Amino acid sequence: MIIKVLGTGCARCKSLESKVREVAEAQGVDAEIEKVTDIQEIMKYGIMATPGLVINEKVKCSGIIPNDDELIQWFKEC
Amino acid sequence: MQNTLVKAEKKGIIHILFLPAMLLAFWLFIYLNIEKWANYFTISVIKLNENTRFADTLRFFLFEVPKVLLLLVLIVFIVGIIRSYFSPEKTRKILEGKPLFAGNIMASLLGTVTPFCSCSAIPLFLGFIESGVPLGVTFSFLIAAPMINEIAVVLLFGLFGWKTALIYMTTGLLIAMISGFIIGKLRLEKYVEDWVYKIKSSPTELQEQEISFKTRIQSGYNAVKEIVGKIWIYIIIGIAVGAGVHGYVPENFMAGMMGKSTWWSVPLSVLIGVPLYSNAAGIIPIVQALLEKGASLGTVLAFMMSVIGLSLPETIILKKVLKLPLIFTFVGIVAAGIMLVGYLFNIIY
Repeated sequence: MIIKVLGTGCARCKSLESKVREVAEAQGVDAEIEKVTDIQEIMKYGIMATPGLVINEKVKCSGIIPNDDELIQWFKEC
Repeated sequence: MQNTLVKAEKKGIIHILFLPAMLLAFWLFIYLNIEKWANYFTISVIKLNENTRFADTLRFFLFEVPKVLLLLVLIVFIVGIIRSYFSPEKTRKILEGKPLFAGNIMASLLGTVTPFCSCSAIPLFLGFIESGVPLGVTFSFLIAAPMINEIAVVLLFGLFGWKTALIYMTTGLLIAMISGFIIGKLRLEKYVEDWVYKIKSSPTELQEQEISFKTRIQSGYNAVKEIVGKIWIYIIIGIAVGAGVHGYVPENFMAGMMGKSTWWSVPLSVLIGVPLYSNAAGIIPIVQALLEKGASLGTVLAFMMSVIGLSLPETIILKKVLKLPLIFTFVGIVAAGIMLVGYLFNIIY
Protein backbone atom coordinates (compact mmCIF):
# COMPACT_ATOMS: atom_id res chain seq x y z
CA MET A 1 0.00 0.00 0.00
CA ILE A 2 1.31 3.44 -0.88
CA ILE A 3 0.24 6.27 1.39
CA LYS A 4 0.88 9.88 0.47
CA VAL A 5 0.49 12.83 2.79
CA LEU A 6 -0.05 16.01 0.77
CA GLY A 7 0.98 19.27 2.35
CA THR A 8 3.29 22.20 1.84
CA GLY A 9 4.61 22.09 5.38
CA CYS A 10 2.02 23.57 7.68
CA ALA A 11 1.69 22.39 11.26
CA ARG A 12 -1.39 20.29 10.59
CA CYS A 13 0.30 18.53 7.65
CA LYS A 14 3.12 17.47 9.93
CA SER A 15 0.76 16.21 12.58
CA LEU A 16 -1.18 14.20 9.98
CA GLU A 17 2.04 12.61 8.73
CA SER A 18 3.16 11.57 12.19
CA LYS A 19 -0.31 10.29 13.00
CA VAL A 20 -0.43 8.17 9.85
CA ARG A 21 2.97 6.69 10.67
CA GLU A 22 1.92 5.99 14.23
CA VAL A 23 -1.37 4.31 13.34
CA ALA A 24 0.13 2.32 10.48
CA GLU A 25 2.85 1.01 12.74
CA ALA A 26 0.45 0.19 15.56
CA GLN A 27 -1.80 -1.69 13.12
CA GLY A 28 1.12 -3.49 11.54
CA VAL A 29 0.17 -2.16 8.12
CA ASP A 30 2.75 -2.75 5.44
CA ALA A 31 2.80 0.68 3.87
CA GLU A 32 5.15 2.99 2.08
CA ILE A 33 4.51 6.46 3.49
CA GLU A 34 5.51 9.40 1.39
CA LYS A 35 5.28 13.14 2.02
CA VAL A 36 4.40 15.25 -1.03
CA THR A 37 5.35 18.90 -0.61
CA ASP A 38 5.50 20.15 -4.21
CA ILE A 39 2.42 22.27 -4.84
CA GLN A 40 2.07 21.31 -8.49
CA GLU A 41 2.28 17.66 -7.54
CA ILE A 42 -0.33 18.20 -4.81
CA MET A 43 -2.70 19.97 -7.18
CA LYS A 44 -2.80 16.91 -9.44
CA TYR A 45 -5.01 15.31 -6.84
CA GLY A 46 -7.49 18.19 -7.06
CA ILE A 47 -7.71 18.89 -3.35
CA MET A 48 -8.51 22.40 -2.14
CA ALA A 49 -7.28 22.28 1.43
CA THR A 50 -4.22 20.79 3.02
CA PRO A 51 -3.36 18.38 4.48
CA GLY A 52 -4.57 15.71 2.09
CA LEU A 53 -4.33 11.97 2.48
CA VAL A 54 -3.95 9.69 -0.54
CA ILE A 55 -3.99 5.91 -0.29
CA ASN A 56 -3.15 3.96 -3.44
CA GLU A 57 -3.70 7.10 -5.54
CA LYS A 58 -7.19 7.65 -4.10
CA VAL A 59 -7.87 10.86 -2.16
CA LYS A 60 -9.27 9.92 1.23
CA CYS A 61 -9.64 13.30 2.86
CA SER A 62 -8.50 16.91 2.64
CA GLY A 63 -8.39 19.82 5.05
CA ILE A 64 -8.97 17.70 8.11
CA ILE A 65 -7.03 15.39 10.35
CA PRO A 66 -9.05 12.18 10.47
CA ASN A 67 -9.35 10.29 13.72
CA ASP A 68 -7.69 6.95 14.38
CA ASP A 69 -10.78 4.88 13.62
CA GLU A 70 -11.20 6.42 10.19
CA LEU A 71 -7.55 5.82 9.38
CA ILE A 72 -7.77 2.17 10.48
CA GLN A 73 -10.92 1.77 8.39
CA TRP A 74 -9.16 3.13 5.28
CA PHE A 75 -6.13 0.94 5.86
CA LYS A 76 -8.37 -2.12 6.05
CA GLU A 77 -10.23 -1.23 2.88
CA CYS A 78 -7.07 -1.18 0.83
CA MET B 1 -43.40 1.35 11.92
CA GLN B 2 -42.76 4.73 10.36
CA ASN B 3 -43.85 6.30 13.58
CA THR B 4 -41.43 4.41 15.77
CA LEU B 5 -38.61 5.32 13.41
CA VAL B 6 -39.42 9.00 13.67
CA LYS B 7 -39.66 8.64 17.42
CA ALA B 8 -36.26 6.97 17.57
CA GLU B 9 -34.78 9.75 15.49
CA LYS B 10 -36.30 12.41 17.72
CA LYS B 11 -35.05 10.66 20.79
CA GLY B 12 -31.60 10.56 19.17
CA ILE B 13 -31.56 14.30 18.61
CA ILE B 14 -32.69 15.03 22.15
CA HIS B 15 -29.99 12.72 23.38
CA ILE B 16 -27.36 14.47 21.25
CA LEU B 17 -28.47 17.92 22.34
CA PHE B 18 -28.64 17.06 26.03
CA LEU B 19 -24.96 17.52 26.78
CA PRO B 20 -24.59 20.80 24.80
CA ALA B 21 -27.69 22.16 26.56
CA MET B 22 -26.31 21.31 29.99
CA LEU B 23 -22.99 22.88 29.07
CA LEU B 24 -24.79 25.98 27.84
CA ALA B 25 -26.64 26.37 31.14
CA PHE B 26 -23.38 25.99 33.03
CA TRP B 27 -21.77 28.48 30.63
CA LEU B 28 -24.50 31.04 31.26
CA PHE B 29 -24.21 30.64 35.02
CA ILE B 30 -20.50 31.38 34.95
CA TYR B 31 -20.79 34.13 32.34
CA LEU B 32 -23.38 36.06 34.33
CA ASN B 33 -21.37 35.86 37.53
CA ILE B 34 -17.80 36.63 36.48
CA GLU B 35 -18.01 40.32 37.20
CA LYS B 36 -19.30 39.70 40.69
CA TRP B 37 -16.62 37.11 41.37
CA ALA B 38 -13.84 39.28 40.00
CA ASN B 39 -14.95 42.14 42.25
CA TYR B 40 -15.35 39.87 45.25
CA PHE B 41 -11.91 38.36 44.79
CA THR B 42 -10.15 41.70 44.38
CA ILE B 43 -11.83 43.50 47.22
CA SER B 44 -12.86 40.89 49.75
CA VAL B 45 -10.43 38.01 49.29
CA ILE B 46 -7.10 39.74 48.80
CA LYS B 47 -8.39 42.94 50.37
CA LEU B 48 -7.07 45.51 47.93
CA ASN B 49 -8.11 49.09 48.35
CA GLU B 50 -10.79 49.59 45.72
CA ASN B 51 -9.35 52.79 44.38
CA THR B 52 -5.77 51.77 43.76
CA ARG B 53 -4.42 51.32 40.27
CA PHE B 54 -3.40 47.79 41.01
CA ALA B 55 -6.89 46.81 42.15
CA ASP B 56 -8.32 48.34 39.01
CA THR B 57 -5.84 46.48 36.80
CA LEU B 58 -6.37 43.16 38.56
CA ARG B 59 -10.13 43.43 38.47
CA PHE B 60 -10.03 44.24 34.76
CA PHE B 61 -7.84 41.22 34.11
CA LEU B 62 -9.89 38.83 36.25
CA PHE B 63 -13.08 39.92 34.56
CA GLU B 64 -11.96 40.10 30.93
CA VAL B 65 -9.97 36.87 30.67
CA PRO B 66 -12.77 34.46 31.64
CA LYS B 67 -15.34 36.56 29.79
CA VAL B 68 -13.45 36.52 26.51
CA LEU B 69 -12.48 32.85 26.84
CA LEU B 70 -16.10 31.88 27.53
CA LEU B 71 -17.37 33.86 24.55
CA LEU B 72 -14.66 32.31 22.43
CA VAL B 73 -15.57 28.75 23.41
CA LEU B 74 -19.24 29.35 22.64
CA ILE B 75 -18.73 31.08 19.30
CA VAL B 76 -16.00 28.73 18.08
CA PHE B 77 -18.29 25.82 18.90
CA ILE B 78 -21.18 27.32 16.93
CA VAL B 79 -18.96 28.34 14.02
CA GLY B 80 -17.45 24.85 14.03
CA ILE B 81 -20.92 23.42 13.46
CA ILE B 82 -21.79 26.01 10.80
CA ARG B 83 -18.53 25.32 8.98
CA SER B 84 -19.33 21.63 8.74
CA TYR B 85 -22.00 22.66 6.25
CA PHE B 86 -19.51 24.46 4.00
CA SER B 87 -16.54 22.76 2.39
CA PRO B 88 -14.16 24.48 -0.04
CA GLU B 89 -15.47 22.15 -2.75
CA LYS B 90 -19.06 23.24 -2.16
CA THR B 91 -18.05 26.91 -2.09
CA ARG B 92 -16.24 26.47 -5.38
CA LYS B 93 -19.28 24.88 -6.95
CA ILE B 94 -21.43 27.83 -5.87
CA LEU B 95 -18.94 30.35 -7.28
CA GLU B 96 -18.32 28.65 -10.62
CA GLY B 97 -19.39 30.81 -13.51
CA LYS B 98 -20.82 33.56 -11.33
CA PRO B 99 -20.68 36.98 -13.00
CA LEU B 100 -18.25 39.50 -11.58
CA PHE B 101 -20.28 41.65 -9.23
CA ALA B 102 -22.67 39.05 -7.82
CA GLY B 103 -19.73 36.66 -7.62
CA ASN B 104 -17.75 39.13 -5.50
CA ILE B 105 -20.59 39.52 -3.05
CA MET B 106 -21.12 35.78 -2.69
CA ALA B 107 -17.39 35.04 -2.47
CA SER B 108 -16.94 37.55 0.36
CA LEU B 109 -19.86 36.13 2.30
CA LEU B 110 -18.74 32.55 1.74
CA GLY B 111 -15.22 33.55 2.76
CA THR B 112 -16.47 34.16 6.27
CA VAL B 113 -17.99 30.70 6.75
CA THR B 114 -15.79 28.39 4.69
CA PRO B 115 -13.05 26.69 6.71
CA PHE B 116 -9.81 28.43 5.84
CA CYS B 117 -6.27 28.60 7.08
CA SER B 118 -3.53 30.61 5.44
CA CYS B 119 -1.55 27.43 4.72
CA SER B 120 -4.40 26.32 2.48
CA ALA B 121 -4.47 29.60 0.54
CA ILE B 122 -2.59 28.15 -2.44
CA PRO B 123 -4.55 24.95 -3.06
CA LEU B 124 -7.71 26.96 -2.61
CA PHE B 125 -6.61 29.65 -5.03
CA LEU B 126 -5.60 27.05 -7.62
CA GLY B 127 -8.77 25.05 -7.12
CA PHE B 128 -10.92 28.13 -7.69
CA ILE B 129 -9.02 29.40 -10.74
CA GLU B 130 -8.88 25.99 -12.31
CA SER B 131 -12.59 25.42 -12.17
CA GLY B 132 -13.26 28.78 -13.78
CA VAL B 133 -14.00 31.03 -10.83
CA PRO B 134 -12.91 34.51 -12.05
CA LEU B 135 -9.72 35.97 -10.59
CA GLY B 136 -11.50 38.93 -8.98
CA VAL B 137 -14.08 36.68 -7.33
CA THR B 138 -11.30 34.44 -6.01
CA PHE B 139 -9.64 37.47 -4.48
CA SER B 140 -12.83 38.56 -2.75
CA PHE B 141 -12.80 35.19 -1.06
CA LEU B 142 -9.11 35.38 -0.17
CA ILE B 143 -9.53 38.83 1.39
CA ALA B 144 -12.68 38.08 3.39
CA ALA B 145 -11.59 34.66 4.69
CA PRO B 146 -8.78 35.77 7.01
CA MET B 147 -10.11 39.26 7.77
CA ILE B 148 -13.50 38.22 9.09
CA ASN B 149 -12.90 35.28 11.35
CA GLU B 150 -14.72 34.15 14.44
CA ILE B 151 -11.81 34.96 16.74
CA ALA B 152 -11.65 38.60 15.69
CA VAL B 153 -15.40 38.97 15.91
CA VAL B 154 -15.60 37.44 19.39
CA LEU B 155 -12.83 39.64 20.71
CA LEU B 156 -14.32 42.76 19.17
CA PHE B 157 -17.72 41.89 20.57
CA GLY B 158 -16.38 41.00 24.01
CA LEU B 159 -14.02 43.94 24.44
CA PHE B 160 -15.51 46.74 22.29
CA GLY B 161 -19.19 45.85 22.18
CA TRP B 162 -21.48 44.72 19.39
CA LYS B 163 -21.45 48.02 17.49
CA THR B 164 -17.74 47.93 16.80
CA ALA B 165 -17.91 44.23 15.92
CA LEU B 166 -20.68 44.95 13.44
CA ILE B 167 -18.83 47.91 11.91
CA TYR B 168 -15.71 45.80 11.54
CA MET B 169 -17.59 42.97 9.83
CA THR B 170 -19.56 45.19 7.49
CA THR B 171 -16.65 47.32 6.36
CA GLY B 172 -14.41 44.24 6.11
CA LEU B 173 -16.94 42.59 3.81
CA LEU B 174 -17.22 45.76 1.72
CA ILE B 175 -13.45 45.93 1.33
CA ALA B 176 -13.37 42.28 0.20
CA MET B 177 -16.21 42.78 -2.29
CA ILE B 178 -14.92 46.00 -3.80
CA SER B 179 -11.23 45.09 -3.88
CA GLY B 180 -12.05 41.81 -5.61
CA PHE B 181 -14.29 43.62 -8.06
CA ILE B 182 -11.55 46.12 -8.93
CA ILE B 183 -8.95 43.36 -9.34
CA GLY B 184 -11.37 41.58 -11.65
CA LYS B 185 -11.96 44.71 -13.73
CA LEU B 186 -8.22 45.37 -14.09
CA ARG B 187 -7.79 42.09 -16.00
CA LEU B 188 -4.64 40.99 -14.26
CA GLU B 189 -4.79 37.33 -15.32
CA LYS B 190 -1.46 37.73 -17.10
CA TYR B 191 0.22 38.26 -13.74
CA VAL B 192 -0.76 34.85 -12.50
CA GLU B 193 2.13 32.39 -12.85
CA ASP B 194 1.90 30.69 -16.23
CA TRP B 195 1.75 27.14 -14.96
CA VAL B 196 -1.41 27.84 -12.98
CA TYR B 197 -3.66 27.86 -16.01
CA LYS B 198 -1.98 24.73 -17.37
CA ILE B 199 -2.45 22.32 -14.51
CA LYS B 200 -5.06 19.73 -15.09
CA SER B 201 -6.02 17.89 -12.02
CA SER B 202 -8.28 14.95 -11.91
CA PRO B 203 -11.33 16.14 -10.06
CA THR B 204 -11.33 14.76 -6.57
CA GLU B 205 -13.14 11.51 -6.20
CA LEU B 206 -13.87 12.49 -2.65
CA GLN B 207 -17.60 12.12 -2.55
CA GLU B 208 -19.65 14.29 -0.27
CA GLN B 209 -20.63 12.00 2.50
CA GLU B 210 -23.87 12.37 4.34
CA ILE B 211 -22.75 13.93 7.61
CA SER B 212 -24.85 13.13 10.64
CA PHE B 213 -25.86 15.83 13.06
CA LYS B 214 -23.87 14.06 15.73
CA THR B 215 -20.72 14.44 13.63
CA ARG B 216 -21.45 18.14 13.19
CA ILE B 217 -21.71 18.62 16.96
CA GLN B 218 -18.47 16.69 17.23
CA SER B 219 -16.81 19.06 14.77
CA GLY B 220 -17.93 21.90 17.04
CA TYR B 221 -16.11 20.29 19.97
CA ASN B 222 -13.07 19.65 17.78
CA ALA B 223 -12.96 23.27 16.67
CA VAL B 224 -13.00 24.40 20.31
CA LYS B 225 -10.21 22.00 21.19
CA GLU B 226 -8.09 22.99 18.23
CA ILE B 227 -8.62 26.77 18.14
CA VAL B 228 -9.06 27.66 21.79
CA GLY B 229 -6.28 25.22 22.69
CA LYS B 230 -3.97 27.14 20.40
CA ILE B 231 -4.80 30.77 21.21
CA TRP B 232 -5.79 30.90 24.89
CA ILE B 233 -2.28 31.84 25.91
CA TYR B 234 -2.21 34.82 23.50
CA ILE B 235 -5.51 36.02 24.88
CA ILE B 236 -4.24 35.92 28.44
CA ILE B 237 -1.02 37.73 27.52
CA GLY B 238 -2.90 40.25 25.39
CA ILE B 239 -5.41 41.01 28.14
CA ALA B 240 -2.62 41.19 30.74
CA VAL B 241 -0.87 43.87 28.68
CA GLY B 242 -4.23 45.53 28.04
CA ALA B 243 -5.01 45.50 31.77
CA GLY B 244 -1.64 47.13 32.47
CA VAL B 245 -2.39 49.85 29.94
CA HIS B 246 -5.87 50.20 31.38
CA GLY B 247 -4.60 50.74 34.92
CA TYR B 248 -1.32 52.57 34.50
CA VAL B 249 -1.23 54.54 31.24
CA PRO B 250 -2.59 58.05 31.74
CA GLU B 251 -5.84 59.17 30.07
CA ASN B 252 -5.47 60.68 26.63
CA PHE B 253 -1.94 59.31 26.35
CA MET B 254 -2.64 58.03 22.84
CA ALA B 255 -4.58 61.06 21.67
CA GLY B 256 -1.52 62.70 20.15
CA MET B 257 -0.24 59.68 18.26
CA MET B 258 -3.41 57.81 17.36
CA GLY B 259 -6.03 60.49 17.82
CA LYS B 260 -8.33 61.66 15.07
CA SER B 261 -6.79 65.08 14.70
CA THR B 262 -3.52 63.53 13.53
CA TRP B 263 -4.06 62.93 9.83
CA TRP B 264 -1.12 60.58 9.40
CA SER B 265 -2.23 58.22 12.15
CA VAL B 266 -4.32 56.08 9.77
CA PRO B 267 -1.68 55.41 7.08
CA LEU B 268 0.92 54.94 9.79
CA SER B 269 -1.10 52.29 11.58
CA VAL B 270 -1.61 50.44 8.28
CA LEU B 271 2.12 50.63 7.58
CA ILE B 272 2.88 49.18 10.99
CA GLY B 273 0.01 46.73 10.84
CA VAL B 274 0.77 44.92 7.57
CA PRO B 275 4.19 43.46 8.41
CA LEU B 276 3.15 42.94 12.01
CA TYR B 277 1.95 39.40 11.98
CA SER B 278 0.04 38.67 15.07
CA ASN B 279 -3.03 36.66 15.59
CA ALA B 280 -6.12 38.61 16.46
CA ALA B 281 -6.10 37.06 19.92
CA GLY B 282 -3.02 38.89 21.07
CA ILE B 283 -3.51 42.22 19.36
CA ILE B 284 -7.14 43.11 19.98
CA PRO B 285 -7.01 43.37 23.80
CA ILE B 286 -4.05 45.73 23.54
CA VAL B 287 -5.75 47.83 20.90
CA GLN B 288 -8.86 48.03 23.06
CA ALA B 289 -6.83 49.48 25.90
CA LEU B 290 -5.30 52.06 23.52
CA LEU B 291 -8.74 53.11 22.35
CA GLU B 292 -9.63 53.82 25.95
CA LYS B 293 -6.59 56.08 26.22
CA GLY B 294 -7.58 58.44 23.46
CA ALA B 295 -6.82 56.63 20.21
CA SER B 296 -9.61 57.15 17.70
CA LEU B 297 -11.89 54.38 16.46
CA GLY B 298 -10.99 54.80 12.78
CA THR B 299 -7.28 54.53 13.46
CA VAL B 300 -7.79 51.53 15.69
CA LEU B 301 -10.00 49.79 13.10
CA ALA B 302 -7.44 50.44 10.35
CA PHE B 303 -4.70 49.02 12.52
CA MET B 304 -6.60 45.86 13.35
CA MET B 305 -7.74 45.24 9.80
CA SER B 306 -4.22 45.52 8.47
CA VAL B 307 -2.82 43.23 11.14
CA ILE B 308 -5.50 40.57 10.73
CA GLY B 309 -6.48 40.90 7.08
CA LEU B 310 -3.19 41.62 5.36
CA SER B 311 -0.42 39.42 6.59
CA LEU B 312 3.08 39.25 5.25
CA PRO B 313 3.42 35.45 5.50
CA GLU B 314 0.26 34.92 3.46
CA THR B 315 1.46 37.35 0.83
CA ILE B 316 4.77 35.50 0.62
CA ILE B 317 2.90 32.21 0.21
CA LEU B 318 0.89 33.74 -2.65
CA LYS B 319 4.14 34.65 -4.40
CA LYS B 320 4.27 31.00 -5.52
CA VAL B 321 1.28 31.52 -7.80
CA LEU B 322 1.19 35.28 -8.44
CA LYS B 323 3.68 37.58 -10.09
CA LEU B 324 4.82 40.68 -8.23
CA PRO B 325 2.64 43.29 -10.01
CA LEU B 326 -0.49 41.39 -9.00
CA ILE B 327 0.70 41.00 -5.40
CA PHE B 328 1.41 44.73 -5.15
CA THR B 329 -1.95 45.59 -6.70
CA PHE B 330 -3.71 43.26 -4.27
CA VAL B 331 -1.94 44.64 -1.19
CA GLY B 332 -2.28 48.21 -2.47
CA ILE B 333 -6.02 48.02 -3.12
CA VAL B 334 -6.79 46.34 0.19
CA ALA B 335 -4.57 48.77 2.12
CA ALA B 336 -6.29 51.70 0.39
CA GLY B 337 -9.67 50.26 1.36
CA ILE B 338 -8.58 49.88 4.97
CA MET B 339 -7.32 53.48 5.08
CA LEU B 340 -10.60 54.70 3.64
CA VAL B 341 -12.46 52.90 6.43
CA GLY B 342 -10.07 54.43 8.96
CA TYR B 343 -10.62 57.99 7.74
CA LEU B 344 -14.35 57.45 7.40
CA PHE B 345 -14.73 56.46 11.05
CA ASN B 346 -12.43 59.17 12.26
CA ILE B 347 -14.72 61.67 10.53
CA ILE B 348 -17.99 60.11 11.71
CA TYR B 349 -17.04 59.68 15.36
